[in-house]
Amino acid sequence: MLKLKIFTVFAGLLFLLLNIETAAQDKSDCLMCHGDKSQYGERNGKKFSVFVDEKKFNSSVHGKIDCIGCHVDLKGSDFPHTDKVQKATCGGCHKDIQKMYDESLHGQAIRKGDNLAPYCKDCHGNHEIFPVKDPQSSVYPMKIPMLCGKCHREGSPVQIQRHIPQDSILENYTESIHGEGLLKKGLLVAASCVSCHSSHHILPHTDPRSTISRNNIAHTCAACHVGIEQVHRRIIKGQLWEKEAHVLPACVDCHQPHKIRKVFYDQGFADKECLTCHERKNIKSSVDGRSLFVDYAKMKESMHAKITCSQCHTGVNPSKMRPCENLSNKKVDCTSCHSQVGSDYQRSIHGKLFAKKDPNAPICSECHGTHEILGKKDPNSPIFATNIPVLCGNCHREGEKAAARKHSSEKNIITNYSESIHGRGLLKSGLTVTATCTSCHTAHKELPHTDPESSVNPKNVASTCGACHHGIQEQFEKSVHSAFVTKTDKKLPSCNDCHTAHGINRTDTEGFRLKIMDQCGKCHEVIAKTYFDTYHGKVSQLGYSKTAKCYDCHGSHDILPVSNPASHLNRKNVVKTCQKCHTNANKQFAGYFTHATHHDPAKYPLLFWTFYGMTGLLVGTFVIAGIHTLLWLPRSLQWRRRLKKKQSSKDEKENSKE
Amino acid sequence: MADTPKEIYFKKKEIAEDSDGSKELQVQRFSRLNRLLHIIMIISFINLALTGMSLKFSYTGWAVFLSHLFGGFESAGWIHRFSAVIMILVFTMHIIDILRQKKKEKKSWIMMVFDTDSMMFNKKDLHDLIDSIKWFLGKGERPEYGRWTYWEKFDYFAVFWGMIVIGSTGLTLWFPEFFTQFIPGWAINVATIIHSDEALLAVGFIFTIHFFNTHMRPEKFPMDIVIFSGRYPLEEFKMDRPEEYRQLVERGELEKYMVEPYPSIVLRTIKLFGWAALCIGFSIVIWIIYAMIFAYK
Repeated sequence: MLKLKIFTVFAGLLFLLLNIETAAQDKSDCLMCHGDKSQYGERNGKKFSVFVDEKKFNSSVHGKIDCIGCHVDLKGSDFPHTDKVQKATCGGCHKDIQKMYDESLHGQAIRKGDNLAPYCKDCHGNHEIFPVKDPQSSVYPMKIPMLCGKCHREGSPVQIQRHIPQDSILENYTESIHGEGLLKKGLLVAASCVSCHSSHHILPHTDPRSTISRNNIAHTCAACHVGIEQVHRRIIKGQLWEKEAHVLPACVDCHQPHKIRKVFYDQGFADKECLTCHERKNIKSSVDGRSLFVDYAKMKESMHAKITCSQCHTGVNPSKMRPCENLSNKKVDCTSCHSQVGSDYQRSIHGKLFAKKDPNAPICSECHGTHEILGKKDPNSPIFATNIPVLCGNCHREGEKAAARKHSSEKNIITNYSESIHGRGLLKSGLTVTATCTSCHTAHKELPHTDPESSVNPKNVASTCGACHHGIQEQFEKSVHSAFVTKTDKKLPSCNDCHTAHGINRTDTEGFRLKIMDQCGKCHEVIAKTYFDTYHGKVSQLGYSKTAKCYDCHGSHDILPVSNPASHLNRKNVVKTCQKCHTNANKQFAGYFTHATHHDPAKYPLLFWTFYGMTGLLVGTFVIAGIHTLLWLPRSLQWRRRLKKKQSSKDEKENSKE
Repeated sequence: MADTPKEIYFKKKEIAEDSDGSKELQVQRFSRLNRLLHIIMIISFINLALTGMSLKFSYTGWAVFLSHLFGGFESAGWIHRFSAVIMILVFTMHIIDILRQKKKEKKSWIMMVFDTDSMMFNKKDLHDLIDSIKWFLGKGERPEYGRWTYWEKFDYFAVFWGMIVIGSTGLTLWFPEFFTQFIPGWAINVATIIHSDEALLAVGFIFTIHFFNTHMRPEKFPMDIVIFSGRYPLEEFKMDRPEEYRQLVERGELEKYMVEPYPSIVLRTIKLFGWAALCIGFSIVIWIIYAMIFAYK
């Protein structure tokens, strides 16, 4: 290699000497070295080939141009030229394009030194540039999506690191009508990236000069879709296309950029045409006689004020005198806009019933209304917080259709809710932040608690309640009752197991404090029963809530194993726990068995034997005294008769005396 | 209702009073202080029983009702403690009375114990017990009982023992924070069991056996009011306690014990009180039996 380099240097020097007076450098001069495939250059410690394929170069668009026509900095330089060669200048010839490029996002990025920004050669190649229409060309229309997609595909550094407002561009384009035309059907005239964005003058849509700016987009699209305004004549009057482009909807408002398939053709279809009939108050359905009147003024105050009739009532035919004449979609499909809500609904029990054509299944309009839909923050809306219990109660109140069909353990849902802390907060105190039906059951994805995806599934209840009661959730998830802590096949409790689902009460009320067997006792039956053998439990049984309940000692949400130093009943903390009520409690005091039972000789032998000793004393005393008394009874009766006789004989004596 | 001997007697006495104004004298059996202490003890015992049993049998409906009747478990608790204090005072008074008696009669401890009037069991009680059983079985006559029969002595010491056991455990339960400075925590559990079961024994015994022995025996039916009036007719005394009668006559002391009977209004009041105590007592017994048989947990 060294030999070769020396040779090159010598050859170069020789050439220079020979051609010293002929200053003109032609292609063949350069190719003397650059025609050699083994030639390489070095920049920043990296080797790269400097070979130029003469044959291909000659057939390129620049075949007749000398090297120095582009590599202007090498003009007149000696052989071998310096290592620091400037980039080839395209702008020398392509002045207009260079200017557009400089203004473009790409050009701006280059000036900022963005290493991801493309140069001319990144799209066009360097020595082997072919005409656009030559399939060999890297900018041949069929290749454009992949060429731009090199940088603008999902996951590329540009897409990740630079601010690009659209996502999945290449994928969406490929599936769009344009992409399909170009790439699958080979229609070279189908729009590619550059058709809309231009090839060199690529500007953001916010730039008024951009081909995709709001004002220019119609023009850009019309380059191919000539006379498109004729198709849209029902929507936009012809002359407005040019005159008032800024107020008109831009093509991309309906035909989303890159996607261009999911189309709201009907948007903007003049409501006026519908109102000619539907504004009449006496208009009635010829099928079932229901009123078809639409209060347009009210509709314009609704959430859908900016939505036109035809956007929801799709399938109208603008060319008909009565556009709704052959209306294909009799029912409004809200999901065409509210797609996420729609898929939630379809997953929900309501949606599933609807899919089964169950007449009880509620559809969107049953909760939200039809033309006068109001937002959930509007107090007049049926979905305003304070109205939700009424709304859900329409079906779920006892005796109504949902309550009647549901085979659930939950009864009197609405009544219980209204009397609960949540219900009273909402309905009596007017706290709109209080939990309503939808806070727990979600608004659209209501699922039975048995469904693992349900917000009220035992696994999800803690996080559902935690949405408001976050601090409690944090405590709970560290406690023995949390599935994060205790791995068991047994059922772990969730919030509703102690607090109930709908009738949630304040925990300091008697109603709550006296339901020990419904709370802890549900699972800890044996130990809970022993509680009732002690003073605490006995007082509870009498109906008084003042004595200690399970959670007064064990904690409520933060129940931990006794061995845990943070446990309320840990050796270190237990005296303090007792002192909550028994101010002067000491260490020995805490040795009191709060779950003592005299039925367990293994666990509490002392209590067992004391009890049986006392019982023995009791039974013994009663047996002996009882036998004594029973034996006495007949004699006593006899004695009574004797007394009586004696008494009467004495009386007789006294009587005879008198 | 002229078929019971006592009623016949009272009726006769009233007639006698009306006709000539003179009153047939009766034998004094209980001192004024002892009668008073017994009445106070009845009131305090019934209160203790009602409030205590309502806690012991808290799983029954009647217990819940009682507890609410007493104004809740806390106020029931205070009534219980107040009655307990009264009971302790009655007990103390009785001890003081014994000591005072000893001083007054200048008796030694040995005399106090072995005196014929002593509450202490003696040889005669053993004979009486055997003779009583013989009598019950139809193999002998009714023994000649003295001033205190063996069952009365048994009742007395049962109460004496109960006072100490229930009283001491009760105080432990009243002041657990104080007592656990000297005794372990589990002793409170043991105290609870002893207190509660001894109380059950006391209540059960008093309201059945004691009621029968001293008030409800057919010969005394419907009730023997001597514990309240302190006096009873000489005839009855002669039949009931021939031994004591004999001794009194021998010593010529009978006249010393003869007192005038109470006017009928006092007797009626006594009977009313007696009936109330009997009813409450029997109710408690029925409630306990119900709780133990039908609602036991």
